Amino acid sequence: MPYEAWKDNEYIEGLVKELQNNGTNVVVGTFDKLINWGRSNSIWPLTFATSCCGIEFVSLGAARFDMARFGWEVARASPRQADFIMVAGTIVHRMAPVLRRLYDQLAEPKYVIATGACAVSGGPFKKSYHVVMGVDQIIPVDVYLPGCPPRPEAMIYAIMQLSRKIKVERFFGGVNRKEKQEEFLKAHPIPGVND
Amino acid sequence: MFDFASLTSWIHDTLSSFMPAWLTVTTECILIGVVLLLAYSVLALFYIWFERKVCAAFQCRLGPNRVGPFGLLQSVADMFKILIKELISLNHTDKFLFALAPYLVILASMLAFAVLPWGYGLQVIDFNIGIFFLIAVSSIGVLGILLAGWSSNNKFTLIGALRSGAQMVSYELSIGLSVLTMVCFAGTMSVGGIVEEQRDLWFIFSGHIPAIIAFIIYLIAGTAETNRGPFDLPEAESELTAGYHTEYSGIHFGFFYLAEYLNLFIVAGVATLLFFGGWMPLHFPGWDTFNQIMDYIPSVIWFMAKAIALSFVIIWFKWTFPRLRIDQMLSLEWKYLLPINLFNLVLMVLIVAYGWHF
Amino acid sequence: MTEIQEKIAGMFPEAEFDTSDVLTVSVPDARLHELAKTLRDECHFDFLVTIIGMDWVEKMGCLYYLESTEKHNRIAIKATTDDRVNPMLHSIADLWPIAGIFEREVYDFFGIVFIGNPDMRRLFLSIDWKGFPFRKDYDANPELNPVSTENERQSDFTDTYVETPDGKVEKQEVRVFANDDFVVNIGPQHPATHGVLRFRTAVDGETIKKIDVYMGYIHRGVEKISESLTYPQTLHFMDRLDYFSAHPYHHCLCMTYEEAAGIEISRRAQVIRVIMDELSRIASHCLFIGTFCMDLGATTMLFYTLRVREQILDIMDKTCGARMTFNYECIGGLMQDIDKDFVKDVKDLLAVLPANLKEYDKIFTGNVITQNRMVGVGYLSHDDAIAWSVTGPSGRASGWACDVRKTAPYSIYSELDFEQVVRTEGDSMARFKVRMDEIVQSAKIIEQLIDNIPDGEVCVKVPKVLKLPVGHWFRTVEGCRGTFGIYLESNGTTNPYRLKIVPPCLPAAAVVDHITRGNKIADLITIGGSLDYIVPDMDR
Repeated sequence: MPYEAWKDNEYIEGLVKELQNNGTNVVVGTFDKLINWGRSNSIWPLTFATSCCGIEFVSLGAARFDMARFGWEVARASPRQADFIMVAGTIVHRMAPVLRRLYDQLAEPKYVIATGACAVSGGPFKKSYHVVMGVDQIIPVDVYLPGCPPRPEAMIYAIMQLSRKIKVERFFGGVNRKEKQEEFLKAHPIPGVND
Repeated sequence: MFDFASLTSWIHDTLSSFMPAWLTVTTECILIGVVLLLAYSVLALFYIWFERKVCAAFQCRLGPNRVGPFGLLQSVADMFKILIKELISLNHTDKFLFALAPYLVILASMLAFAVLPWGYGLQVIDFNIGIFFLIAVSSIGVLGILLAGWSSNNKFTLIGALRSGAQMVSYELSIGLSVLTMVCFAGTMSVGGIVEEQRDLWFIFSGHIPAIIAFIIYLIAGTAETNRGPFDLPEAESELTAGYHTEYSGIHFGFFYLAEYLNLFIVAGVATLLFFGGWMPLHFPGWDTFNQIMDYIPSVIWFMAKAIALSFVIIWFKWTFPRLRIDQMLSLEWKYLLPINLFNLVLMVLIVAYGWHF
Repeated sequence: MTEIQEKIAGMFPEAEFDTSDVLTVSVPDARLHELAKTLRDECHFDFLVTIIGMDWVEKMGCLYYLESTEKHNRIAIKATTDDRVNPMLHSIADLWPIAGIFEREVYDFFGIVFIGNPDMRRLFLSIDWKGFPFRKDYDANPELNPVSTENERQSDFTDTYVETPDGKVEKQEVRVFANDDFVVNIGPQHPATHGVLRFRTAVDGETIKKIDVYMGYIHRGVEKISESLTYPQTLHFMDRLDYFSAHPYHHCLCMTYEEAAGIEISRRAQVIRVIMDELSRIASHCLFIGTFCMDLGATTMLFYTLRVREQILDIMDKTCGARMTFNYECIGGLMQDIDKDFVKDVKDLLAVLPANLKEYDKIFTGNVITQNRMVGVGYLSHDDAIAWSVTGPSGRASGWACDVRKTAPYSIYSELDFEQVVRTEGDSMARFKVRMDEIVQSAKIIEQLIDNIPDGEVCVKVPKVLKLPVGHWFRTVEGCRGTFGIYLESNGTTNPYRLKIVPPCLPAAAVVDHITRGNKIADLITIGGSLDYIVPDMDR
């Protein structure tokens, strides 16, 4: 696929431009650009797969689709070193605390892609007593990727969207600054959770 | 051949012409430190990119090619990201040791990095026991790894660290003995001296059988020493998630990551120094025209090219072989490499004593 | 079978017989253990296929399907209890070790307690789950069991129920691990567990002392959902169990429905189904080789094996319209006809396959490190394989000829010329090599069929609203990982009364503890990889 085709996303690209040019200090803005360039080009996934979508994620790493081209192949098994979780597969009640914990263990900035119908909304297991109806019930989701399972091409597109989203952030402040978990919890205290 | 000593002495003379002696030394030290740090990080970034490309080639893939030309800026982007990634502090750990460990690891590889002979006259300091110093400082790294595993208060890291301890202590022996074999052949421990000895012919040719045996053992032990596949048990991903550095995030993890790649370069660099003449061009006694042509290639390029070629071989190992099990790895060292090494040392002594070398 | 029936009738006068599908013997709970022992020791029914929990509202109970490894015939035992509050049956875990796990599953879903089972914990659901979901009166109110983000309570104790000499049943607490065991938690998010499986591993240095397997991290309740869906609606779940053997699983469910409804499908559909099954088998084994090598640290192999798999996925993609979840087979035949390039593509695949297999051998199998890591590691004896119900390639590596395609041929397999790959070493290397050889056999089957796909319709006429007659059926096929079975009970409506899926991966995961003891941690990865379990399959 030619590179130009990826840029064919005028709405989001326009949005990115608008947000980035929205009255920022020149120096800080340049630093932000540099940092966002680094962050958006270096998104390391966590090795995490529960079912079918995980196998498509393996295919994504293989020679055919080769996610290494974009620098995403450094899949880390330890959540401390990864940048995003690709929630590839169904999340059930028993797995929910584990997923939550993995998310908490990720180092900031961290992102989540809900991959596949199950992770988005429960998918074909909507009637089940043991399936979490969408991972957004337990962790914040950045990109939703429908499909059952999504094709590897779609996965590339989802990570590209995440990359675009990262480009809008401001490390040194401004409207789009990604809130850290601590700050978020301070601003939105959850009863019963004190730390 | 361009002698870098003329450049360095020019800098020294210029500085001392308007500075007192103590300030000159201080300035030079700072300059050398900065240059080394720069070279260290640039080389590490290059190596990360290089490994990813080589690995991709073995796996019929393209590897990084979107960020910068040929994906060259990929590892730069990774570095920017990892610099500003959160450093997670853990409860119930020894915070001081936890923070100290990555610095120890990177310090060890940086000290070893400093004594490598980069080119003709381009060496920070030429000790008379240079090679001994190299072995000594590179052993500090294992301390950092043990500390990292212990202070993380995690069972995976602990197992990883203990594996690493057992592995490095064992393979240090092989490295030491094969280096000793070559020191015996060279008759000097000075890094500059060893390079100088190979003026006419590289040791791998002049020392023939024992040198080749020593080289093979050194390569195996060096791979084990850097915790790379097939000896990557301390960080065996499929067994121990990320091994001893499982709990490290951000730049602390980045240090381990950089040190791993730099150690690869150091192992390859030392092998170059001991067996392939360091920065010395390829010379054959009697082939004067050939030798002169070879001399036109700058010494730095000779050194880098040889080191990178050797690291390619080590990377090749990693992407081809399956991993060993801990008991198999230790028995390989203690039952095979060590006896062969001792025998090889005796052989080398005989060859030196009777002058049976080229 | 009649002589067996007579023999049982002689020994157990209270037994009742039902011959509508497989010979089913109903005995009171008190004599269940004795009957099972008799059948195992005297009639050679030594393979426990599965234990099926049942809730017939007025009573609850279990069906035990046994198979003879000699004559390959089946028999079922039925034991019931009227008590809905404290249902109890006697355990047969001392006869078959795998029964311990099967009984835990029944306990988890139906709340039936097994007297004498050494480990009566929940298997799939979390320790604090309220209710038993497969009971017909289960309250599925999500407020009872909300999604929790708090860590699950962890207990080092398990319950066991013991019958005292005076006939009372007593509950006892038993420790799972010794007090001073160093327990390492491997999984559920761990690269080596092939999905979300969790091993609590007690280690002594690098040596494994005991493994406690935790399942259910992807338990989706497929069987329970199916009870509220119509027959055609249940088909698509088969893709999502073992996503590598989607075609054989579909085949099994369709076959069961078709036999129940008395539908005869066309020869063309039969042939295409078999070709698809075998293509999936090749793709599945290719991925097995790749991931297994990756577990051992030889990452590059994965990319070479995925090359062949991608080629097969392309063929599937063209015909079925999807890369993984095909939903291609339907009741009465196939969803649509094969693609016009199908025959050509399959032939291309067959042409490149031998060269690829040779390459795998060259890179991996012959390597001295590989040999050291695999030969003699994780030995599973022939008798243990049967006792633990480890079927499929893993069972055949232990010398147990258990290929359903040969022992109880279904579809058109009886007409085909292929060999059952059996090895006797029983170690990880044997399990690896069996799969390598099975690729060759599958290719051989496809070669016989690809030029002889007969003309005809792909799907016969099936009523829009499908109702199956009252009855029960049990059918098995050879999935890519072993014997896959479907037990269907119908009460004459449009949806199944009970649909039990018999996964081959559950025994494979359960046996890990047995064969890893005394090995190194690194061997756990080798053994787990060579058993090739798929977690969504065992969890369902």
